[in-house]
Amino acid sequence: MGRDIKIALVGNPNTGKSTLFNLLTGLNQKIGNFPGITVDKKVGYCKLNNGKQAEVVDLPGTYSLYPKSRDESIVFQVLANKDNSSYPDVVVLVVDATNLRRNLLLYSQVADLKLPVVLALNMTDMAKKEGIEIDVDKLSERLGIQVVSISARSNSGLAQLKEAIAHTTAIPTQVAGTDVHVLVPEAIDEAKSLLKTDNNYFALQVLHQYETLDILSADVKAGVGTIKKEHHFESSKLQAAETIARYRYLGTVLTGIVKDTGAAKKFVFSDKIDAVLTNKFWGFIIFIGILFFIFNSIFSWSSYPMELIEYAFVWLTEYGHQHLPEGLLTNLFLDGIVAGLGGVVIFIPQIAILFAFISILEDTGYMARVTFMMDKIMRKFGLSGKSVVPMIGSLACAVPSIMSARNIESWKDRIITIMVSPLVSCSARLPVYTLLIGLVVPEKMVWGFLNLQGLTLMGMYLISIVAAVLVAFVMNFLIKAKEKSYFIMELPVYRMPRWSNVAYTMYEKSKTFVVEAGKVIIAISIILWVMATYGPSDRFVEIDKKYEAIEAQKDSVQVSTLERDRAAEKLENSYAGILGHAIEPAIKPLGFDWKIGIALITSFAAREAFVGTMATIYSVDGGDEEVATIRNKMRNAKNADTGLPVFTFATAFSLMLFYAFAMQCMSTVAVVYRETKSWRWPVTQLVYMTALAYMASLIAYQLLK
Amino acid sequence: MKLSQLKPGEQGTIVAFTDLEMSVKLMEMGCLPGEIVEVERFAPLGCPIAIRVAGYQLCLRKSEASVIIIQ
Repeated sequence: MGRDIKIALVGNPNTGKSTLFNLLTGLNQKIGNFPGITVDKKVGYCKLNNGKQAEVVDLPGTYSLYPKSRDESIVFQVLANKDNSSYPDVVVLVVDATNLRRNLLLYSQVADLKLPVVLALNMTDMAKKEGIEIDVDKLSERLGIQVVSISARSNSGLAQLKEAIAHTTAIPTQVAGTDVHVLVPEAIDEAKSLLKTDNNYFALQVLHQYETLDILSADVKAGVGTIKKEHHFESSKLQAAETIARYRYLGTVLTGIVKDTGAAKKFVFSDKIDAVLTNKFWGFIIFIGILFFIFNSIFSWSSYPMELIEYAFVWLTEYGHQHLPEGLLTNLFLDGIVAGLGGVVIFIPQIAILFAFISILEDTGYMARVTFMMDKIMRKFGLSGKSVVPMIGSLACAVPSIMSARNIESWKDRIITIMVSPLVSCSARLPVYTLLIGLVVPEKMVWGFLNLQGLTLMGMYLISIVAAVLVAFVMNFLIKAKEKSYFIMELPVYRMPRWSNVAYTMYEKSKTFVVEAGKVIIAISIILWVMATYGPSDRFVEIDKKYEAIEAQKDSVQVSTLERDRAAEKLENSYAGILGHAIEPAIKPLGFDWKIGIALITSFAAREAFVGTMATIYSVDGGDEEVATIRNKMRNAKNADTGLPVFTFATAFSLMLFYAFAMQCMSTVAVVYRETKSWRWPVTQLVYMTALAYMASLIAYQLLK
Repeated sequence: MKLSQLKPGEQGTIVAFTDLEMSVKLMEMGCLPGEIVEVERFAPLGCPIAIRVAGYQLCLRKSEASVIIIQ
């Protein structure tokens, strides 16, 4: 889309910046009450009053241009770099009218970068209710810029804001506020000549942040480093001095502008809720109750749509086999690509429901309270209260959860969270657990009301969470912190969730999952299909000969079972089968045979491939009773050497542990690489998780057999 | 006296910080010398604590609250 003008939305977390973005662009985006929820750079388009097309970028919420987390650092990178594709013509600085002074700190920093700024005074309706009155004209006059009162929640003042944007001149008009040059004059002057800029504040910011700025060349970085050393540049001290100077200036600006007659009023309602939700006794009980409700809902609400999706794909495959010309290409398409796609799409209901809940919890402000309550426990294990959200999310899928770890400020807390999240049992393990539990755990009631199979399933989830916490505890000692971990966070007031945002989150997260995971799973499905279909040609020719000979002697009723036997034998001799045999010595101590070996190999890319592989190996027709029939076949499977059943309790339990701990998910490996920008972490994760899985299975099998 | 020594419901005025690096973060979030802070509540396990300062609610760990000197 063409654009005449570029706008950047900048502001503190929880100022309604994202809501304003939605209103301006009409594109509904994710908004949360949880500080720093806007992580990715979001772009939208809107038409201004003068007919001009504007591109609007929603930048991550931050309290200052000095970044505390990875997404906050984006703000300065965009505003300081004229070559950045999002470098704005106008900055719309969104401030919370109920907390003006703190919000204006960021304004005074941005204004000093000498960009044209419009101030959007948001939540003016709330401010009025609380008895806060702001003299907008006087504020505008003192700052030297346009100030517009808006209320993004009730959609007012938008037309005036658009008009103000259209009227903004290319030359910044703001009054020079704080003199930062006096803080460290020589270093700023030298940095200015090195950076070829006349902006004092830009030079000062670069002096503070140069190590993490992508925009500087290595030479310039070295130059800035030398300047800092020469002038004994003390970052913390200078930042403190700058912040105090800015607040002093803002104090003068705001004198006589803000009349506050009821500051305490806005908390009454939130305080009452908090008294219950973060209560010493009720706090955790309510939290556990909410979690329980969420998981119950994920499983019960999704079962019907998941069945529908399953039927749809079974039907599609059958229909395809009937109507498409028979041949390898059709088989590849239907049994490779369509089957792989089905394996992805089936998880959409669970993911959508989980994210609906997460989005409601964030939007209402409850998630911030959860991190507040959990911080002390999590800290004991090297995590932070903010790790709770990604870890809960990992119960559905680690991929989006690892992405959500971005708003954890401390590098070490964030890395540990990313490293242990995939251990938490995700929805892809569920089919594996269900199949194996059904196989070896009797359907019995304990104490009259607890289902033994259900208990075992819950036990698997508990084991996974305990493992994640213990691994975090160990990593806490192994990984060295780059900076002090801290937990200073705003607790937003409770609000009603905005349902349109909830719907959008469901849509957006499901889409991300299908696209991100789908790409990998489809590619792997194709490879696996090829490996399971082809084998050394001499072996295949022999099998064909053998079965043709038998077929000639038998009647037609038995031919169908013969076909299955032939397929099974071909699988054993395919490349995948040969591989399964090759790894058998390594997995025998775990109680696995070569058939399970094939499943382990196919599950390497995505663990949900397990059930499908078992179905193929035990040569079962697809259809309604698929799982039940695989179960029977597996139950009857005998070890060729000993004649004993393959799936004993020991083998099944060992296999479940293996699936609980092993890193069998290419999408997670890919997303960890993307988030940490290094192969070091995904590789470490792959190695430690595989080792953990192997050890756990080995111990379990050897003890139980 | 340190902010971490207050009980819920008690308040004080910020006078200084004992940790420079932490002071920048706290000041950026509105905890300025001269501001009145009130301890609202403790988390169920006693830490972190929720405080009211500069017209909004902030939570921080006790160790972080202990760098804030109040009167």
